[in-house]
Amino acid sequence: MTNTWQDIKNANVVIVMGGNAAEAHPCGFKWVVEAKIENKAKLIVVDPRFTRTASVADVYAPIRPGTDIAFLSGLMRYLLTNDAIQHEYVRAYTNASLIVKDGFAFEDGLFSGYNEEKRSYDKSSWDYELDEQGYAKSDDTWQNPRCVINLLKSHVDRYTPEMVSRICGTPQDKYLEICKLIATTSAPDKALTSLFALGWTQHSVGAQNIRTMAMVQLLLGNIGVAGGGMNALRGHSNIQGLTDIGLLSASLPGYMNMPKDSEVTFDKYMETKLFKPLRPGQTSYWQNYRKFFVSFQKAMFGSAATAENNWAYDYLPKLDVDGYDILRAFEMMNNKQMNGYICQGFNPMQAFPDRGKIRRGLSNLKYLVVMDPLDTETANFWQDYGPQNPSKPTEIQTEVFQLPTTCFAEENGTLVNSARWLQWHWKAADAPGQAKTDLWIIAGLYNRMKAMYAKDGGAFPDALLNLTWTYADPHEPEPEEVAKEMNGRALADVNDPATGAPLLKAGQQLDAFAQLRDDGTTMSGCWIFAGSFTDKGNMTARRDATDPREAGIAPNWAWAWPANRRILYNRASANPEGKAWNPAKPVIEWNGSKWVGVDVPDYGPTVKPSDSVGPFIMNQEGQARLFARGLMNEGPFPEHYEPFESPSENVLHPKVKNNPAARLFASDKEHMGASADFPYVGTTYRLTEHFHYWTKHALINAILQPEEFVEIGEALAKEKGIEQGGWVKVSSKRGQVICKAFVTKRIKPLMVDGKPTHVIGCPIHWGFTGVARKGYGANTLTPFVGDANTNTPEFKAFLLNIEKTSAPPAVDVAQGPRDAQGVPKSLTKMGSL
Amino acid sequence: MDLSRRGFIKLTGAGLAVSSMGALGFGSAGTALAASVRPFKLTAATETRNTCTYCSVACGILIYSQGDRAKNVKSSVIHIEGDPDHPVNRGTLCPKGAGLLDIVRAPGRLTVPKYRAAGATEWKEVSWDFALDRIATLMKQDRDANFIAKNGAGATVNRWNTTGMLAASAASNEAAYVTFKWARALGMVTFDNQARV
Amino acid sequence: MADLQSQDYIRRSATNLTPPSVRHHELEVAKLIDVSRCIGCKACQSACMEWNNLRPEMEEFQGAYENPHDLNPGTWTLMRFAEYEDEQGNLEWLIRKDGCMHCEDPGCLKACPAPGAIVQYANGIVDFISENCIGCGYCVKGCPFNIPRISAQDHKSYKCTLCSDRVGVGLEPACVKTCPTGAIMFGSKDDMKDWAGERIAELKERGFQNAGLYDPPEVGGTHVMYVLHHADKPSLYSGLPDKPHISALVGAWKGFLKPVALAGLAFAAVGAFVHSIVAGPNETTEADEAHARLEMEKAKRNGSAES
Repeated sequence: MTNTWQDIKNANVVIVMGGNAAEAHPCGFKWVVEAKIENKAKLIVVDPRFTRTASVADVYAPIRPGTDIAFLSGLMRYLLTNDAIQHEYVRAYTNASLIVKDGFAFEDGLFSGYNEEKRSYDKSSWDYELDEQGYAKSDDTWQNPRCVINLLKSHVDRYTPEMVSRICGTPQDKYLEICKLIATTSAPDKALTSLFALGWTQHSVGAQNIRTMAMVQLLLGNIGVAGGGMNALRGHSNIQGLTDIGLLSASLPGYMNMPKDSEVTFDKYMETKLFKPLRPGQTSYWQNYRKFFVSFQKAMFGSAATAENNWAYDYLPKLDVDGYDILRAFEMMNNKQMNGYICQGFNPMQAFPDRGKIRRGLSNLKYLVVMDPLDTETANFWQDYGPQNPSKPTEIQTEVFQLPTTCFAEENGTLVNSARWLQWHWKAADAPGQAKTDLWIIAGLYNRMKAMYAKDGGAFPDALLNLTWTYADPHEPEPEEVAKEMNGRALADVNDPATGAPLLKAGQQLDAFAQLRDDGTTMSGCWIFAGSFTDKGNMTARRDATDPREAGIAPNWAWAWPANRRILYNRASANPEGKAWNPAKPVIEWNGSKWVGVDVPDYGPTVKPSDSVGPFIMNQEGQARLFARGLMNEGPFPEHYEPFESPSENVLHPKVKNNPAARLFASDKEHMGASADFPYVGTTYRLTEHFHYWTKHALINAILQPEEFVEIGEALAKEKGIEQGGWVKVSSKRGQVICKAFVTKRIKPLMVDGKPTHVIGCPIHWGFTGVARKGYGANTLTPFVGDANTNTPEFKAFLLNIEKTSAPPAVDVAQGPRDAQGVPKSLTKMGSL
Repeated sequence: MDLSRRGFIKLTGAGLAVSSMGALGFGSAGTALAASVRPFKLTAATETRNTCTYCSVACGILIYSQGDRAKNVKSSVIHIEGDPDHPVNRGTLCPKGAGLLDIVRAPGRLTVPKYRAAGATEWKEVSWDFALDRIATLMKQDRDANFIAKNGAGATVNRWNTTGMLAASAASNEAAYVTFKWARALGMVTFDNQARV
Repeated sequence: MADLQSQDYIRRSATNLTPPSVRHHELEVAKLIDVSRCIGCKACQSACMEWNNLRPEMEEFQGAYENPHDLNPGTWTLMRFAEYEDEQGNLEWLIRKDGCMHCEDPGCLKACPAPGAIVQYANGIVDFISENCIGCGYCVKGCPFNIPRISAQDHKSYKCTLCSDRVGVGLEPACVKTCPTGAIMFGSKDDMKDWAGERIAELKERGFQNAGLYDPPEVGGTHVMYVLHHADKPSLYSGLPDKPHISALVGAWKGFLKPVALAGLAFAAVGAFVHSIVAGPNETTEADEAHARLEMEKAKRNGSAES
């Protein structure tokens, strides 16, 4: 989220598209309801289904899954042709005026530079025309046809209301009503907020879905302001934190990148990370990358990281592919290219697409380690649970370990919420039985392996042997110690480079990332967390709810990265002269000598408005990008591509139907279905009563939604003779689910390119462990293809068939794994070693 | 509901017989002893501030546990409700959060390390030492056999891609960072989290 | 209100004695359910089960979001979902939290033959004192909203207590506290009516011309009220009664049946169940109804009454 949860109440219009906030984030959604009541806001919901969010919306429009870019590109066309953009904002704060190179082009669904064989682009033409000093050329009059705003206008011109309706199946009148309502927020003192989640990410064009909305928000001048922003409602309690700390295949902490094979030396690595400003006088804060990186290496390897060994650059692994993402990992397992896998609080048997492929992959492993508070499907993948998990244990040679861990109530530590707040939590009870903290378990494995390498040697032990491990109890680091390590501290006295005045004594905790150095005198495990645990104490444990002017900031409640800043890009909440666009809800303003307001400025605190420093200080231009340059894999502008499984042609460019830069493994091509066999559009989602695959273990939630079902419209039910609550067989090219049907008025056939298109909704929550009734899991059906940038699986749009069927012979709640005779083993006793 | 739960509905004061007597005109003795409401169950419970474990709204919660943390008590969670001071949830909780008690105390909570040998049809309970020794040995064997110190072009890459890891989306930052340090120091590259799903 | 003991009763089922009471200066409480803010998330159901230590049987999916499918002895509140299409074909998903309305003139209490099994506190809460309940089911017949349910296990009647244990120590009910969108509010009845007025004005601005408050006078008003967008048609909301009324059968209690039932209770006191004894024709007269209303008025004035 760029903004906070409470800040949603400052919006004038709220759009929930690509998410279902009322169901997935009910307590965050309260601020939408507050906006309606206190700010007379209007709520728009665009969703294939009439959801519980839609039930309280002012305007609802249906949309075919996987066509959001067409809808939003049409919206941009509407704003541009009706002159409903915030001109001053767009001109000053976006790259609308910058001039794009001559070689850049878009034709028949492809941008310039496409290599069909590699399914990727040479992006060199996707950039600005530079002048002699290396700055991007600009035309503030927008006369030059090559300036970004004009290229954008011509790019979205194809998305007429007729075309949008033809692709999306959204009735034109509803679509135009929404465009009109959104256009009202182009007024400088009005804000639209976008709330989205996996409804946008889980597509082969996921990242571009979000980018398209971000462009809408920039045209409307709604980024950085109160009640505006792009608000990704993240799904798990600390998924933001894990992303911040870089537990992703191509990441290092604080959004730094893993080195690649091509970056053979530290200098080579740094070459692509210089971030020279592209406009005069811009901040381009990533120019400090080297300080972040060296301080990180000092945190990791201590005195073993020196200037002489390039700060132990070689200790880090180098990537030979873009990333070893989850889809690649399971493809490798299926190809017997992996031997071991560790699932820490993670249940891929339920969470990853094409469950059969996941099961086959795990069966190929030599060993699998599952750390979890709960009994998961992944830990039990080798057991025969009947049709929901038809495994043959004797044929599976995987050694499996199931390690019991503590849960939230039994440990201290911080979690990062959607709004980037680090909140400390306190242990309330002891762990059950022998369950242990993740810190104890990982330390146990580290200490054992370290001892083995120290004694027996082995492959490159240097990084492991030199890893910083100075905890009071090396067998179980205290969360406080680790939190301090991430914050960072001075390793020697640090002085102000300009004045020479002492800033920090050796050993002192850092107050801010501005104190980081690239000469080895500072260390910080995660630079964006600098300031979270200082010598003043644990900032994340603060619990002062005071909120001046009830602005929705609460600056002293816990701590937000970066620098306790609650609204990102908040310099853009004020006009170029430094006055708030919306005088009723200022975030920061220039008072003649500095920036003041309810939030920490996302800007130099004393940088004068007349200096023309752009508000988007992380970007080399200082401006937000309507044209993405080379940062997206499928193009610098978004384009509508059909989902990999789709019942429709791409009416814009039939020859380029799907995302041309998305990766599809050869083995998965055979498992993609055609609409002749699977004529209906499937989409997966959560129900408000459940949280993923956890709450089927919680009796209260199992009572609230006990059993697997799919949702279908009345028309399809009639066509297929399916009764309310009757049994159905739902199938895709990859598998089938037998469950009950919920026939509802809330899903209606959509007229797509003249044809009625039916949508089948597949809630995801059921599996074969837990107290709820057993289910197959929606991921039995879903395709193994991901987004071209992130490889997030395309769970939200795929092809299905559905048939009426009879009740399965036994729907046994208590049914456990079966023995060799097919008899449930629920009463057999467990042996012990 | 089972019969034992009736204990919760038991009210102080008079039973049926006494109040019936009162009603039948035997004076006010019955009503004087009349039932009061169910006793408030949190009066002396220990209250701990925590954060909901589910989504990223990160609602503040108050965990109530039995016992006052005296030495002789193993505290157990008896009730969880919203933290009214929390700026986002202001005391509210969704149907998942309001039922957190049932995940803390789920019958599916694991309490003992278990091991399943290759081809085995059953779990065996094992000691922590057995489990961690065996895992560390398997990891070292795989790493030593498949570690790539240099690639085909002779560049140092120090990469291990035959054992992978998925990191926990509900683990704390502190657990995550220690996990990161360990995994990357081993050269592990097949390393991801739940951000995508 | 320090506690909710007998001195706080204003009525007590099947009792011809006025509970001793000097505490008549009591704030009347109310729960306001603003249906237009409700997202049907069932947090109220979850919190109700958790707080009251209830775990009803896990049922099957039966082609509806209602789970459990109906109120039951362990389900004291239930979200009910209605997919409604108006004449123009516009779809509305009308979701209503169902449960005890805590009537000012409680049909359950009037119908109850077991002394002290149902009480009404001066703050308006109607509570079942299970210890005294004989499981006869008269409260079910007496309730205009079809709320109480008899447990097959212990033969007692159960329903929402308005969390009398929480209210008794100065807290709000569990469902109120947890409600993510503030669709359930709690406070004095006067404040709730004021707030409802604001909400209704806002709904009218948004085009719901028939928005209004559901506080049915037929039962003397309720301590659980609804803000409805279609207050002209309460029955759209999964059968909320347009005009709730206490069954004609209940009035008969006032007449000749009461002595019979009380005689039966003497047996009940030693373990017999009255519902097999109390049987026969039930009739009521307008005079009975008028008498009941009069009593209620008196109760409000005095802070106590005899039933």
